[in-house]
Amino acid sequence: MSQPFRTEKGGRIDRGEELTFTFDGEEFHGHKGDTLASALLANGVHLVGRSFKYHRPRGILSSGSEEPNALVGIYRNGDQTPNLRATQIELYDGLEAISQNRFPSLGFDVGAVNDLLSPLFPAGFYYKTFMWPKSFWDRVYEPIIRSAAGLGKPPRTPDQDTYANQFAHCDVLVAGSGPSGLAAALAAAETGARVILCDEQAECGGSLLSESNASIDGKDPANWVHETVARLSSMENVTLLPRTTAFGYFAHNFVALAERVTDHLAEPDSKLPRERLWQVRAKEVVIAAGAIERPMVFPENDRPGIMLADAGRTYLNRYGVKVGHKVLVATACDTAWQAAFDLADHGVEVVAIVDVRETPPDNLIAIAEARGIRVEAGCVVTGTLGRKRIKSALLGRLMTSGQVASGGQIDCDALLMSGGWTPTVSLYSQSRGKVVWAPEKGAFLPGISVQKERSTGASKAVYGLQACLEDGYAAGEAAATAASGKTATITYSSAYGGEAGSGGILGALPHDRNASRVKAFVDYQNDVTAKDVKLAVREGMHSIEHIKRYTTTGMATDQGRLSNMNALEIASGTLDKPVTDVGLTTFRQPYTPTTFGLFAGISRGDFFDAVRKTASHEWVVQHGGVFEDVSQWKRAWYFPKPGEDMHAAVERECRTVRESVGLFDASTLGKIEVVGPDAAEFLERMYTNPWKKLAPGRCRYGLLLNDAGFIVDDGVIGRLAEDRFHVTTTTGGAPNVLATMEDYLQTEWSDLNVWLTSTTEQYSVAAVQGPKAREFIAPFIEGIDLSADAFPHMSVKEGTFCGVPCRLFRISFTGELGFEINVSRRYGEMMWETLATEIEKRGGTPYGTETMHVLRAEKGYIIVGQDTDGTVTPYDAGMGWAIGKKKFDFVGKRGLARTDLVADGRKQFVGLLTKDPKIRLEEGAQITTSENPATGTAAEGHVTSSYYSAALERTIALAIVKNGHAREGQTLYVPMPEGSIPVEVTGTVFYDKEGAQLNV
Amino acid sequence: MKRYSFLELAKNAFSAHQNWGRQWRSPEPKAEYDVVIVGAGGHGLATAYYLASEHGIRNVAVIEKGWLGGGNTGRNTTIVRSNYLWEESAALYNHAIGLWQNLSQELNYNVMYSARGVLMLAHTVHDVQSAQRHIHANRLAGVQNEWLTPEQAKDYCPPLNIEKNIRYPVMGAALQRVGGTARHDAVAWGYARGADALGVDIIQNCAVTGIRRNQNGSIEGVETAKGYIKAKKVGVVAAGHTSVVMDMAGVRLPLESFPLQALVSEPVKPAFPCVVMSNTIHAYISQSDKGELVIGAGTDQFVSYSQAGGIHITNHTIDAICELFPQFRRMRMLRNWGGIVDTTPDRSPILSKTPVPGLFVNCGWGTGGFKATPGSGHVFAHTIAKDEPHPINAPFTIDRFRTGRLIDEAAAAAVAH
Repeated sequence: MSQPFRTEKGGRIDRGEELTFTFDGEEFHGHKGDTLASALLANGVHLVGRSFKYHRPRGILSSGSEEPNALVGIYRNGDQTPNLRATQIELYDGLEAISQNRFPSLGFDVGAVNDLLSPLFPAGFYYKTFMWPKSFWDRVYEPIIRSAAGLGKPPRTPDQDTYANQFAHCDVLVAGSGPSGLAAALAAAETGARVILCDEQAECGGSLLSESNASIDGKDPANWVHETVARLSSMENVTLLPRTTAFGYFAHNFVALAERVTDHLAEPDSKLPRERLWQVRAKEVVIAAGAIERPMVFPENDRPGIMLADAGRTYLNRYGVKVGHKVLVATACDTAWQAAFDLADHGVEVVAIVDVRETPPDNLIAIAEARGIRVEAGCVVTGTLGRKRIKSALLGRLMTSGQVASGGQIDCDALLMSGGWTPTVSLYSQSRGKVVWAPEKGAFLPGISVQKERSTGASKAVYGLQACLEDGYAAGEAAATAASGKTATITYSSAYGGEAGSGGILGALPHDRNASRVKAFVDYQNDVTAKDVKLAVREGMHSIEHIKRYTTTGMATDQGRLSNMNALEIASGTLDKPVTDVGLTTFRQPYTPTTFGLFAGISRGDFFDAVRKTASHEWVVQHGGVFEDVSQWKRAWYFPKPGEDMHAAVERECRTVRESVGLFDASTLGKIEVVGPDAAEFLERMYTNPWKKLAPGRCRYGLLLNDAGFIVDDGVIGRLAEDRFHVTTTTGGAPNVLATMEDYLQTEWSDLNVWLTSTTEQYSVAAVQGPKAREFIAPFIEGIDLSADAFPHMSVKEGTFCGVPCRLFRISFTGELGFEINVSRRYGEMMWETLATEIEKRGGTPYGTETMHVLRAEKGYIIVGQDTDGTVTPYDAGMGWAIGKKKFDFVGKRGLARTDLVADGRKQFVGLLTKDPKIRLEEGAQITTSENPATGTAAEGHVTSSYYSAALERTIALAIVKNGHAREGQTLYVPMPEGSIPVEVTGTVFYDKEGAQLNV
Repeated sequence: MKRYSFLELAKNAFSAHQNWGRQWRSPEPKAEYDVVIVGAGGHGLATAYYLASEHGIRNVAVIEKGWLGGGNTGRNTTIVRSNYLWEESAALYNHAIGLWQNLSQELNYNVMYSARGVLMLAHTVHDVQSAQRHIHANRLAGVQNEWLTPEQAKDYCPPLNIEKNIRYPVMGAALQRVGGTARHDAVAWGYARGADALGVDIIQNCAVTGIRRNQNGSIEGVETAKGYIKAKKVGVVAAGHTSVVMDMAGVRLPLESFPLQALVSEPVKPAFPCVVMSNTIHAYISQSDKGELVIGAGTDQFVSYSQAGGIHITNHTIDAICELFPQFRRMRMLRNWGGIVDTTPDRSPILSKTPVPGLFVNCGWGTGGFKATPGSGHVFAHTIAKDEPHPINAPFTIDRFRTGRLIDEAAAAAVAH
């Protein structure tokens, strides 16, 4: 098939395997080994996208991940992924690509009208207009701006792909596999150190894969790469990761890598993840990220066909693609000359080499002359022509006065440019190192290391093949020694050729055009021009951060890798300040845009967060129980019988517990074993209650405050022995209580001899509650006298349940006779199934959290986090009795003494009864004294809990009300949208006020 | 100050935009000011603006260690809302909401306040109770907030996943329609330009190194990198570094600073119509005018002044986003950054006089300062000008941590049973 710009031979593509792909529906052909960009160029397609703001036609600029223009969408499995770089997309058979940010088509885009109106759209224009009429912003202006902005279309359907996660440790992580990176990896690996080598490209080798004019150990550089990679692959201590980008450098040498596993495959194995996140803790990091070429800033430097010189050379040598038939090379440095020579050697007409420098090196001029290439020194490009592809360029001659004289026009169909090289310091900067300005290199370079890393090769402006190899070997050896103490004798390869030469320029080039009428782009994707940067400076934006944010330069998907240095130089020139005074913006992760799915990994559905299940879970599922999420736990909420809704089920459960017996899974409550000679003293200090006199075998309700004096947790604590307590906490509060205890123990009371162990998951707990509770459990319990005298309310004893050891508590959260049986988790299912099977036979019922809530509300027991909210003191809650008055100290004691906490007018815990017993108040509803409060009236309080009570055959509610304890009997109002509901303030205990049911 | 308008833009197009003036000057500090504001973030600049525009106090300097708007003003996720629980908070944030309505016009600078609606999701029974409590409290306080069923929430925000088979299904949402987003940089720049035009000196790249007090203990001036500057009054609005600056005056503050991370995706065409927040699974998301998905995370667990956080926090946030919006799993993160949030024990700000005569403090905004910018500056200017708080910020004293009269916004988020 015709690929008119494909060379006859050469390149690393597989000419034997032809692949078919489409771009905007049109069919093309390429080869295995092509990127989408190289395949499009082989077909003569340069126009691939439209710019962000002006919708200017744009072509492929680079050959790497920094590409700002050639962003496309890829269709696959019925949906598309936007904003992928054509320069990174490996071609596969059947690939479907579409262009972006154009309507109706890439060739004819109505958005291009913006380019004509561009005089109205300078940097930051939107801050100055769209303010009138005011109502138009939301309704007219913003929707228009939004639909014009954005690049590709977002995916619309849930992603079906999977993503994997891998943690790894290594001695040396090498990021980048160009000459320095390969040398570093080899040197480190030969010492026996564990090495990970990653590279964002499909093949290792970096610049060596497109080198035409050098040899290593007398061999073609690509062969050296092949041998080196083969050697590394054979070593067990080396992990080679191609298609893997080191995108984030975090604290303590923690580096995140993104491996793209299947995107390059036509028919990926469905078992493979699309991408894999590597989270690597490296003892040493070698950054071998190389350097990227800098565009030149001249008028109309953005037409399709205009490309970085090194990209032109890469397409030729690596992919066998000629970027044009008549190529103009514009440069400020030596490296671009080699691109011209290589093209000429492949029969491409190089119409001229235009070098900014007055006197380029003689040897280059000689080589050019030998090939018959016209050389224009001291010359710049001052403009280009051609709408969808460059047709010709305007030249300008630099005069000694600093002016530019017209140098004629020259026809071409491609223009290769090079403003010099910018070392890639992103990873170094992410490691929190401060880059240092090196004026002689015209670049920011890595400064002092703040983490265990070193940069090597072009990423620290070491250029030239031999120098990069030497630097890489040395970096690899040093890193391995630092990491593992190991050394080895390394045979250095030596290179011939591949010299870097010199030259480079920053900022905008001078020209003889009307500066206010032409656009010289600094940031291609975001359409930021040199004059935009100057305008920002003129308007007072003097910091590079202001310039960046005002003009959006450096905020495109390449994060300023192509644009920052030119923008900085233009700003510095305009301000007449050195670049160091203007500053450089901080490089942030990710190095290149990174898929959300990679971060999310397997966290979807049930894997989103751990699901904690109790021993009763399967039984509840089988018996139609409904669950609620309480922190990570699945708790049984209620157990509807056929035909019952939640209300009916809960009413039945409540009645059964009050009249007979109920079974409740209390396993989710936090449990902490507090052990040691000072255990009682420790609890004495933590909880408000006194503990020292609590006898072994007895329990007490414990109230925990924060140091501000507010209730944060509660639970029953049993003393098993002099030095051993079984502490229970709320379900949601368990981790915090343990953390708080450890915090105090380790930082404040290191004198106490106490151990804390979380035992939440070591016990399964069945609460059996109701007047028939004792007779119900008696057959299963051995070793404990259950009689009221021997085992009164608030007791704990150890015995057995069906022959397995248990801790039996006699406690109640329902107001009925109650027991909580704790057995080892391994017997949890046995216990639950034994009890649940039996209870149904005996006319009892399992019950869920909702019934538990209702029953405890009937008794006025608080639920921390529902009836309290972090602003309630024990006194507010009517629980002053829980405070040990004679205690020397406890957490929150001083907080409780603060003036506002003892002042009148605090909100206090009360009961509420609606005048109409059928109305159930909404939890969270506000309470006022006025029946029709005016807007802005401060609430007297709010409803914290509200239920229908089966026992009382009416609704009940609990609330926090200002001065509530003194207002019993008063009528207050709950204002609702449909009208106010009158309520009477009552005490908090609605059922069995005397507690007769408890002490039976 | 030359007014901005479309006409002015068109006029300047003819002179190739060569004649736009500076948005603010870069003056050298004078020897003395009536008021020195320490910190040129949104709150500090707004304070200076309102001192000049509402109280006629124009001999004002705003002193900034770095560049204006470079701290949390330029690092947040730009969410604006006022559906707070307590009357005190709701009044403060609602005051700000009132000022947001006309801010672009008042400043003659388009701050792009966009009332796209803020949807706060409930995933558990406890969340529902908490949201309902907020809605009831807000209704009484005159603050807009309403309850949506999962289906109504999906109507309002079509990308939302309300399937029941996810780990924490959406059980409903509280919607504040007047909430939304604004362009954070423009807020700082608009106030800077407005204040500068009224005579306020904004002095950037000038760290405050000391605070001088006279023998009575009153404020006398500030030591800076550019020399000593006399001041009758000093207002410190330095976010996470407020405690450092206040320490120079011998005032200790109950502040803790944590890294807070945010991130943006690559820009895409409109995909997300509003703001969605989920406190339970820690995710906040909106789409900027430029097309980026703007995503906020929870704070890191440990105190730090580092403007960077751990990857596990980012992972967790994106987990949550992908769970609620599984179609965004193929989107890509463009940039991830951190800010430092200064938090108080009750998670409400301090906007107050201090024990030092002439010294005022505005800090402790935690993760929620941006939305309050206009209201905060407005009442803080009042406090400085009148030497007594505005009724709206009267409850937000330093003293409350001594008396216990807290305004605990973390309260309603307390854990359940």
